[in-house]
Amino acid sequence: MTDPIHQFQIHKLFTIVKIGAAEIALTNSALYMIVAVTVICAFLIGSTRGRALVPGRLQSVSEMLYEFVADMIRGATGPEGMQFFPLVFSLFAFILVANTMGLIPYGFTVTSHIIITAALALLVFLTVIIAGFWKNGLHFLKVFVPSGIPIYILPLVSAIEVMSFLTRPLSHSVRLFANMLAGHITLKVFAGFITMLGAAGLLGWFGAAVPLALTIALTALELLVALLQAYVFAILTCIYLNDALHPGH
Amino acid sequence: MVDSRDQDTGSRSTDEAAVSARLRRLGERLDRIGSSRSKDAGAAPGPRADTSGFARGFRLSTEFVAGVLIGALVGWLIDRWLRTSPWGLIVFLLLGFGVGVKNVMRAAGLASNPAAGAERRED
Repeated sequence: MTDPIHQFQIHKLFTIVKIGAAEIALTNSALYMIVAVTVICAFLIGSTRGRALVPGRLQSVSEMLYEFVADMIRGATGPEGMQFFPLVFSLFAFILVANTMGLIPYGFTVTSHIIITAALALLVFLTVIIAGFWKNGLHFLKVFVPSGIPIYILPLVSAIEVMSFLTRPLSHSVRLFANMLAGHITLKVFAGFITMLGAAGLLGWFGAAVPLALTIALTALELLVALLQAYVFAILTCIYLNDALHPGH
Repeated sequence: MVDSRDQDTGSRSTDEAAVSARLRRLGERLDRIGSSRSKDAGAAPGPRADTSGFARGFRLSTEFVAGVLIGALVGWLIDRWLRTSPWGLIVFLLLGFGVGVKNVMRAAGLASNPAAGAERRED
């Protein structure tokens, strides 16, 4: 019951289709992803349906969400970055909702699995490469050649720049994954202390107050981390997309 | 005689011009560094910046570890591909450390970010 890793287990709910030995099943992870996307779509469509000139409460929430992401993109990449608005907004909304849904008791955190975050980070990485070559042709390779570097150390610097570019999907995905994993394990461990101490009699009840207070504080911290990591993922996406749009520097 | 004095003043004036040009360039560079510093310092306490020190520390550590890991991976793949073991791993692991340090400095705002070029152009 107090096993802190148990919450990350993926189990299949039912099998959809079976192709040879491989089977495609609906897992709890897939279910939570579907729920997250449904929540986002339902909220955005439902809140903007009134199309009021003076927005109501829900409509102003979705307008604020739009303004927040739009400002983020304009700040990091300039106005021409707005063509990537759908991508950045989808990533931000998905991670935000998936992170916060994971905080609901008995919930499952989709972003605590590295396969999910790595897929999202690789999506951004490939978008940057394809969009960079599409828009700038071979000028995109200027990303790897910083200006004002003497010619004799240019090969070394270029090698470092290329490898620095390759580290992006790794650090981009590990940051989100590890934050969610570590936070949820910590939360579960401290919550486990409460039940363990509570079983130890009257003195244990007083002792259990300490981890209980800590768990409440950690829940607040986790909420902050969940929101912050969604923002960090989105702002890094913008910074990487900026390279695709303005490779020369 | 007139010739030599002319030459003298001429060379001195070019010297002075060169020195003043260098001073001006130095001043411009200092201004640029100062403005980027103050921009960073001004951005840090803002509500939109990543305020949590934990998140910042975590970001820097992942940047460094990612550099080393990618260096090791690239070196290992090159060794497998070209059968140059162990030289690829040695060279690229060392390069990976360099990449990690550079990533950390960039993330901390101490080194110039190539992505910052666009902002500078807009200024």
